Amino acid sequence: MSAVLSAPPRVGALFLASPKAMISSAVALILILSALCAPWIAPHDPFALGSFSLMDSELPPVWSEGGDPRFLLGTDTQGRDVLSAILYGMRVSLLVGFAAVAISAAVGTLFGLVAGFRGGWLDAVLMRLADVILSFPTILIALLVSGIARGLLPDTRQEDYAVLVLILAIAINEWTQYARTVRGQTLVEASLDYVKAARLSGLGDGRILARHILPNVLSPVIVIATINLALAVLAEATLSFLGVGMPATQPSLGTLIRIGNENLFSGVWWVVVFPALTLVLLVLSVNLFGDWLRDALNPRSE
Amino acid sequence: MARFLIKRLGQAVLVILAVGLLSFLMVRTVGDPVQSMVREDATVAERAALRARLGLDDPVPIQFAKYLGRAMQGDFGISYRNQRPVAEMIVERLPATLELVLVATVLALAIGIPLGVITAIRPRGPLANGVQAVSLVGVSTPTFVTGILLILLFAVTLRWLPSFGRGETVELGWWSTGFLTLSGWRALLLPSLTLALFQMTLIMRLVRAEMIEILQSDYIRFARARGLPQHDIHYRLALKNALMPVLTITGMQIGGLIAFAIVTETVFQWPGMGLLFIQAVQFADVPVMAAYLMFVGLVFVALNALVDVTYAVVDPRLRTGGAA
Repeated sequence: MSAVLSAPPRVGALFLASPKAMISSAVALILILSALCAPWIAPHDPFALGSFSLMDSELPPVWSEGGDPRFLLGTDTQGRDVLSAILYGMRVSLLVGFAAVAISAAVGTLFGLVAGFRGGWLDAVLMRLADVILSFPTILIALLVSGIARGLLPDTRQEDYAVLVLILAIAINEWTQYARTVRGQTLVEASLDYVKAARLSGLGDGRILARHILPNVLSPVIVIATINLALAVLAEATLSFLGVGMPATQPSLGTLIRIGNENLFSGVWWVVVFPALTLVLLVLSVNLFGDWLRDALNPRSE
Repeated sequence: MARFLIKRLGQAVLVILAVGLLSFLMVRTVGDPVQSMVREDATVAERAALRARLGLDDPVPIQFAKYLGRAMQGDFGISYRNQRPVAEMIVERLPATLELVLVATVLALAIGIPLGVITAIRPRGPLANGVQAVSLVGVSTPTFVTGILLILLFAVTLRWLPSFGRGETVELGWWSTGFLTLSGWRALLLPSLTLALFQMTLIMRLVRAEMIEILQSDYIRFARARGLPQHDIHYRLALKNALMPVLTITGMQIGGLIAFAIVTETVFQWPGMGLLFIQAVQFADVPVMAAYLMFVGLVFVALNALVDVTYAVVDPRLRTGGAA
């Protein structure tokens, strides 16, 4: 972790000097924490049948006429509390986002290290594969993965696997960026004297990669991962909105927006607007923080 | 030149073959076509007869060759869900998507280019700052949210524009167009604006970057020294040279725009290919998915090859290098 560990004093100072970094990370952190703590802080449990009733359906937010103080952001067509649905939905969105980022970062970094260090046919195959994936729009590939999974899985199990299919559909697009960056970085590092020295002292390839090269390629990986978290949350929301992501029984923010959109014309705007605003705020704060991180960790940007 | 052309075309054919293989594997491995085509109570003999008729007993490479052969003649099989030829369904939906993409591209150019020029001329001006702030929020706002907000404002609240469908269309042979009726144009406005936002930011940034570079070049400085009017320098001398890469990128992006239209078409229930594809994904209607993939792949490859070849014609230095 040398690159990262040696960075903190500088990055820390930069962080405290940047209102953009502090505000965006604070907002992102608040959203992530409130999603994590949804079962404890949500005023209602949107999944407990019987805890909501049709009597309460389509109540507007508390500050408009007819609002009910029990439901801060109003209720949906079934009488569920919109705020609670958002908190739980954000949990699902973030679960998919973080999992997709973790998998694609791990796989992409591994592929990049191996491709850069070994070269040869493996390098050629992996990089051409990345080229092909990068040349098609993310949404198209993700939809194809989702459609294929739908064809392969039995109808009754599809809801159980929805999360996994989404994570796979997103990760399959995103590993390419890590792989390309890490490969380039590995090529540079592998030609440096310290790697030659390590090799001369009899260390194996695996050990050199893990102990010496990996720590030095990590900071771009962290930057890509932050920005990709925003992208993954967006991709998840889009797929769920299109009706091929999370089912209505385990709604993510995208699913909530889709359901709300179906009732847009009955004038219940709050059911779609609040989940949408939450999504934008989440993605915007993560994006801004990622932007700042990229500049802060990049020595050339000074 | 001939060698470059052959090499480039060879690459294009290879990519098409790869996309074709992917489509074929999808159709071949996902779901059982026999299962999805026969009646519930079909006998074993009937199923076997259908298998033989569909050529599913042939060796896989021969099946692939046959699949490609049929695809080249425009035969992509029968939709599992609608029981209609896939090619027919795609051709029916093609005009809606292409008209949407065309209008979106024109809008993106018409708004993106002036914004790019203005932000390049006055990088610290109020407009540039405003554009910067809006585009920051813009990249964090998914297309479908933009679309819903536009519907909420212009269709639900103000009731100015329709929120779904194409309005009245006029048939010109097999092409149904919305360009000839007022309701067609009204229906086009919101979806094409939503789709255009995707490209607008890109065009704006590109124009801005090109313009900033060009404005520092010698010929612009000479033009300024000669005292030519600012307006002429910016819009006649500089912009003309900035436009070539912009038009290229815009052209190459059209493939992406067709794929991206999936989301816009869903929001606005626009009866184009994207809506067809998303329904195919929802119902695992593999022949439709595969045909759509082939179509988009073909558009991508054709546009890229066209751009490369055009560049090679214009710029001889590119002919010798191994263009990707």
